[in-house]
Amino acid sequence: MTEKVFVVKNETGLHARPASLFVQKAAKFKSVIKLKRDGKEANAKSIISVLSLGASKGSEVTVCADGVDEVEAVDALVELLDNLEE
Amino acid sequence: MKGIIASPGVAIGKAFVLKHNEIIIDDTPLTTAEECAAEEAIFRKAVEDTEAQLNEIIEITEERLSAKEADVFRAHLMMLADPMLEETVMDKINNGKMKAAKAIKEATAEIAEMLGSLDDEYMRERAADIKDVGSRVLENATGNARVSLATLRDQVVVFANDLTPSDTATMDMNYVKGFVTEIGGRTSHTSIIARIMGLPAIVGTGDILQHVKQDDMVILDSVDGDIIINPTDEQLKVANEKLEKFLEHKRQLDLVKNLPAETKDGHRVEVVGNIASPNDVKGAMDNGAEGVGLFRTEFLFMNRPTLPTEDEQYEAYKAVAEGAQGHQVVIRTLDIGGDKAAECIQFPAEMNPFLGWRAVRMYFDRLDIIKPQLRAILRASVYGKLCVMYPMIISADEIYQMKAIMDECKAELDAEGIAYDKDLKVGTMVETPAAAINADKLAKIVDFFSIGTNDLTQYVLAVDRGNEMIADLYQPLHPAVIRAIKMIIDASHKEGKWTGVCGELAGDEKGAALLLGLGLDEFSMSGGSIPTIKNLIRKADHAHVKAVVDECLEMFTAKEVNERLDALLKEIYEG
Repeated sequence: MTEKVFVVKNETGLHARPASLFVQKAAKFKSVIKLKRDGKEANAKSIISVLSLGASKGSEVTVCADGVDEVEAVDALVELLDNLEE
Repeated sequence: MKGIIASPGVAIGKAFVLKHNEIIIDDTPLTTAEECAAEEAIFRKAVEDTEAQLNEIIEITEERLSAKEADVFRAHLMMLADPMLEETVMDKINNGKMKAAKAIKEATAEIAEMLGSLDDEYMRERAADIKDVGSRVLENATGNARVSLATLRDQVVVFANDLTPSDTATMDMNYVKGFVTEIGGRTSHTSIIARIMGLPAIVGTGDILQHVKQDDMVILDSVDGDIIINPTDEQLKVANEKLEKFLEHKRQLDLVKNLPAETKDGHRVEVVGNIASPNDVKGAMDNGAEGVGLFRTEFLFMNRPTLPTEDEQYEAYKAVAEGAQGHQVVIRTLDIGGDKAAECIQFPAEMNPFLGWRAVRMYFDRLDIIKPQLRAILRASVYGKLCVMYPMIISADEIYQMKAIMDECKAELDAEGIAYDKDLKVGTMVETPAAAINADKLAKIVDFFSIGTNDLTQYVLAVDRGNEMIADLYQPLHPAVIRAIKMIIDASHKEGKWTGVCGELAGDEKGAALLLGLGLDEFSMSGGSIPTIKNLIRKADHAHVKAVVDECLEMFTAKEVNERLDALLKEIYEG
C-alpha cells in the first residue's frame, strides 16, 4: 500500500470541478484508491463519496492506494491536486 | 378547458403528453439467490438504458444548443457511473433482499439526502442530479421509460404538469406547435420561453393531464385562453379561421413594427427590448425595438464555478452596445441572491431571500463582483450608447455608495489610460416601496428610473409572486401599485428625468395602455411583444387614454381598473 498526505491548497477545495477532475483521474488506475480526512474515508473513484468528505481549502487529506499501480496512482493524484487551478 | 394565456396564438394538432407515470414499488422481499441475481440484472440493464438515453440527450443538446448546455446531463452521467450508487443498490438487493426498483429508489434517496444535507449550493444541485438520475433508472427498471422531448419527430402540442429548463432545452422547437402546462403563471419558465420562441402557450390549467391522452387531436387557443380536446369538425373550422385571423394580424403587426411608437395625437414614447444575453439583441431589433431597456447580466454569472472575468463581461457588453445599432442600451448590474443563486457566489441560507442579501446589497460586501462589472461596462461604453442601472435600491445612501465605487473605477481607468464614455448615464431600478415613496429624492440624484413592475407589485402588496395559494392577490393593476407607478413617473418628470418600465406590465396590452396614460417614457419588453404594443400605441389617442387612466386612479379595486382598461382597449382597437 502507498500513501501520501497533502494539504488542499486551491480556493474551492476538493469540490465542484476540482473534485470531478480528481475522480476522473483516479478512475484511470486499477488500484483501490481511498481518500481519508478526519477519520472519514472516501472512495476516490466516486464523485459522491469524494464530495461528501467536504475537503475545503486547508484540509489535510491522505491519498492511499492499494494495487498493481499504487505508486503511480498516488503520485499522479497528488500532482493533480498540487496543480489545481481555479 | 381554460387557463392563463402565456403567449398568444392558435395551434391545432396532436397532443404530446409529458407525464411521469406513477411507479408502484413492490415491497415483497427476495428469498433466493436466483431472485437476487435477476434483480441485479434488471438494475444493470436499467443503468445501460439510462446511459444510452443520456448520451442521446447530450448529443442533441450539443447540436441544438451548446456544449455548455449539455454539461448538466454530463453531470448526470457521472452520477450514474458512480461506484457508490452501484454498491449501495447491490447491497440493498443482496443483503436487504429488496427488488431492484425498491433498492434504486432507496439508494438514490439516501445519497441525495446525504448530499442535500450539506449546507452548500453545489452539493444541493448534485443532490438534484442524483434524484433525477435515480428516477430515470427507476423508470427504466420498471418499464416506464421516459418519453423524451429530445426525440420528437412529429409536430405536436406539448402538455405537461410543468416544464423544467432541461425539458425545454432539449426540445426540438421545430416540432413544437405550442405548450400547455397545469401549473405556472405569466412569469414562469414555460411562459417566458414560449414568448421568446413566439409559440402559443396556456399555463395554469389545473388537472388537464387527467383529460388529454397521447395523440389526441387538440386546439390550443391562446387568443381566448381555451383548450379543446378532440374537437368537433365545427370547432376545428372555427379554430382554423381563428388561426388564419391571428396570422393575418401578425402580418399586420409586421407592417407597423418598424414605425415610431407615436399616438394618433402625436405623443411619442420609446418601445425597447428586454434581453438576457447578447444573442437576444438581434431578435429584439428585428421586432422593432428602439434600443434595450433592460439587459439582465445574470446569465454571465450562472452555471459556472468561478466568477466571469472583467474581459469576458467586456466582450458581452461590447457585443450588445454594437448590436443595438446606435440605440441606447440599459445594463442592469447583477441582480442575484436569495431565490436566484449562482454557483460561483456563496449565498447564505436565508429565511426571507426576497428581503435578504441580494442585488445591490451584496455589492458592498463583494467589491470583487461589482468592480469588474462596472469597469467592463465603462470600457464597453465607447462602442455605443450604454447606461447602467442598479437593482433593489431602497435609499439614497446606496446611490452615493455606488457613485463612490463608480468614481473609483473611472479613476483606475484614467490612470490606466483606458477610454470610456465620460457621460455614462446612471439610473436606478424602482422596485421597492421605499424607492417609490422616496422617488422625488432619488430623482434628484440619478439620471433615470426603470420600474420593475413584477417586484414592485410583489413588495407593495406583500404578495409572494411564486405562491400559488395567493396568486389571486398578485394584482399588477391594484390601485396601490398603479398609484405608486404614477408617483414614480411624476417624480422623474419634475426633475426633467425619464422613467421606463421593464416588468411584464409594459409588454401587456392593458398594462401598456395604463402606462401610456400615466405618462411613461420608455416601454421595455421581450422582443415578441414589441409589435403588438407599438400597434396599440399607434392606434391610441393619448388625451383619451390619459383621461381614462385618470379615472382608473380614482378607483377602489383592481377589478374595476381591469374592466375599465378592457373597455379602453376595445375603444382603441375599434376606434
